[in-house]
Amino acid sequence: MTTYQNIFTQVQLRGEPEMGVALPPGSEERIGQGGFVHLLGLVGQAQIGPIYLGWTGIFALIFGFTAFEIIGLNMLASVNWNPIQFVRLLPWLSLEPPGPQYGFSPFVPLAKGGWWIIAGFCLTTSVMLWWVRTYTRARALGMGTHVAWAFLSAIWLFLVLGFIRPFFMGSWAESVPFGIFPHLDWTAAFSIRYGNLFYNPFHCFSIAFLYGSTLLFAMHGATILAVGRYGGEREIEQITDRGTASERAALFWRWTMGFNATMESIHRWAWWFAVLTTLTGGIGILLTGTVVDNWYLWAQQHGYAPHYPATGVIDPATLGSTGK
Amino acid sequence: MRRITAIALAALAALSLGGCELSHKVSGQNGYRGTGMDQVTVKKVAMAKDEVPPPPYDPPSTDGPRAKEQFQNLQVLGDESAEQLSYTMAVMTAWVAPKEGCNYCHNPNNMASDELYTKVVARRMLQMTRNINHNWQSHVAQTGVTCWTCHRGQAVPTNHWTMPPAPPSGIIGNRHGQDDPIAATGFSSLPDASLALYLTGDPKKDQNIRVQATAAHPSPADKTSVMQTENSYAVMIHVSKALGVNCTFCHNAQAFGAWPISTPKRAKAWYGIRMVRETNGQYIGSLTSAFPAYRKGPMGDPFKVSCATCHQGKNKPMGGYPMAKDYHALWGAPGNATVPATFPTPLQAPTPTQPVASAAPARGAATPQG
Repeated sequence: MTTYQNIFTQVQLRGEPEMGVALPPGSEERIGQGGFVHLLGLVGQAQIGPIYLGWTGIFALIFGFTAFEIIGLNMLASVNWNPIQFVRLLPWLSLEPPGPQYGFSPFVPLAKGGWWIIAGFCLTTSVMLWWVRTYTRARALGMGTHVAWAFLSAIWLFLVLGFIRPFFMGSWAESVPFGIFPHLDWTAAFSIRYGNLFYNPFHCFSIAFLYGSTLLFAMHGATILAVGRYGGEREIEQITDRGTASERAALFWRWTMGFNATMESIHRWAWWFAVLTTLTGGIGILLTGTVVDNWYLWAQQHGYAPHYPATGVIDPATLGSTGK
Repeated sequence: MRRITAIALAALAALSLGGCELSHKVSGQNGYRGTGMDQVTVKKVAMAKDEVPPPPYDPPSTDGPRAKEQFQNLQVLGDESAEQLSYTMAVMTAWVAPKEGCNYCHNPNNMASDELYTKVVARRMLQMTRNINHNWQSHVAQTGVTCWTCHRGQAVPTNHWTMPPAPPSGIIGNRHGQDDPIAATGFSSLPDASLALYLTGDPKKDQNIRVQATAAHPSPADKTSVMQTENSYAVMIHVSKALGVNCTFCHNAQAFGAWPISTPKRAKAWYGIRMVRETNGQYIGSLTSAFPAYRKGPMGDPFKVSCATCHQGKNKPMGGYPMAKDYHALWGAPGNATVPATFPTPLQAPTPTQPVASAAPARGAATPQG
């Protein structure tokens, strides 16, 4: 009964590494002959490699590493190169963008945010090269490019936060610091400054798609695990050759809620929910401060925020004194 | 293996509760239903009794000969009755320098002399107290304040702060005035100079904390950046911690900036913040030349007040007990007094009878919370 209720993969195959389909002419060689790692096999495929790096992969890693180093070394410098303080204070440390006095100028002294611009440039280059890689690798395998477009949706939000919105606002100071707590403080301050982001309808969409993504993931994951005893985990095969597992999975949802996804459509749902999370989120961020400056007031103008009874409190600043 | 895993999991579960406040709480609604206007109060803090010293003897008459007719060099209390003067001196000693006694401020051979800096400071503090009780009833109402409200039997109030040093110009050791977990910012990485920004400066020029736009769409009038907003956020965290309340004590979280849905407490706090600015600017700031170096922070400025100096974790200091009613001399017009530029007596570091530890300034804008 409990055979199929596993935290880890129970059976790992060993043999000659699977080399996959031949690459199209002109492709570079894949690196390595492939090997097996038991621990990774517990959670995924045990086979590691061969991998295809290519020039996009190599440069993506170089730029990504450069960004990582700039951010890390700036943080280390901020605690006087003290490794103990670095570890102790790491969640608080940051690499801050340039202040409001620099506007959107690309030429900012390194210590005043110049390093932030360089780190952001390297990270963006790295991410974009990795995106090219997901696109070309999918094409080389004769696949669709769904992964690349989904990734681009996430990159859109990343670029809106760090580049596109600061460009329209004309100030680097609007963008997000690199750092664990500092970026969370930025998030809270952003909502405070712009009159409560919960009244931003695109923020609502983004949250709905985010929560919807987790719900769909939970339903789909649970359904497939539940029919694992009938081979349901081989879902890719079942897209073209449905067996009893797929039928049961479909029936379960038709019986419980009258409607069910198909083996294809559940992945379409999940893909769109995930893609729309960051797509709508990015739109919401981009509109904030550029088109709408106070979402609460905007929502009241559009009958979207409720009017609660007034408490009768008057802004003392309007009473013509500085206090007394 | 299984036993070790079980023990590790149990330990992890216990550790994960380490950050929780386990003591009893009470919650009360303080706004329109369904808007999350709730105050959660930790019972043991709210119920904790503050020690309020009773008057040393029955308050004497305010009639009779004026103090200035009997004593010399009275710049503030001269118009009180002579009996009231003695009474006020007695309670000031008991509240501020109970161990050191009269000689903490006075030269016993010449009580009228201003040669000790502590006397000059005490006189200015009397004016400050009078200014608060006389001119700031918008914040302190009829309750008023006394020396005890801040001092609580110590020469230097526990909750004070000084200007944080400016960050270095390079990247080495530069944390941009933030990224430093201190109590005043709720151990976040928010700016630690927010008290300096909002609680000092010219009190006649208003320094608004508000950051939200007053119109739905962008306009040149509202140009506050997200980076600047973090200062506002940080000073609000300070108020919250100093008063032991959450945001909804004053604000409706629906719209922090909207006054018509805020509680009346927010207006009280608005006046309080301006009162603190004036206190730091006009009273404590004017004493910069009087204080010796060991009573100043790293930037050479005297120890300043914040919300925490009086409130000490309670939304009403000492639970709102109207202690000042028994002290007539604390309610008069503040008036002016001179602060000598130099003091003839060599300024010495505190002797062992004066606790140095309690006088050490909190780092940055940190205010130890009671």
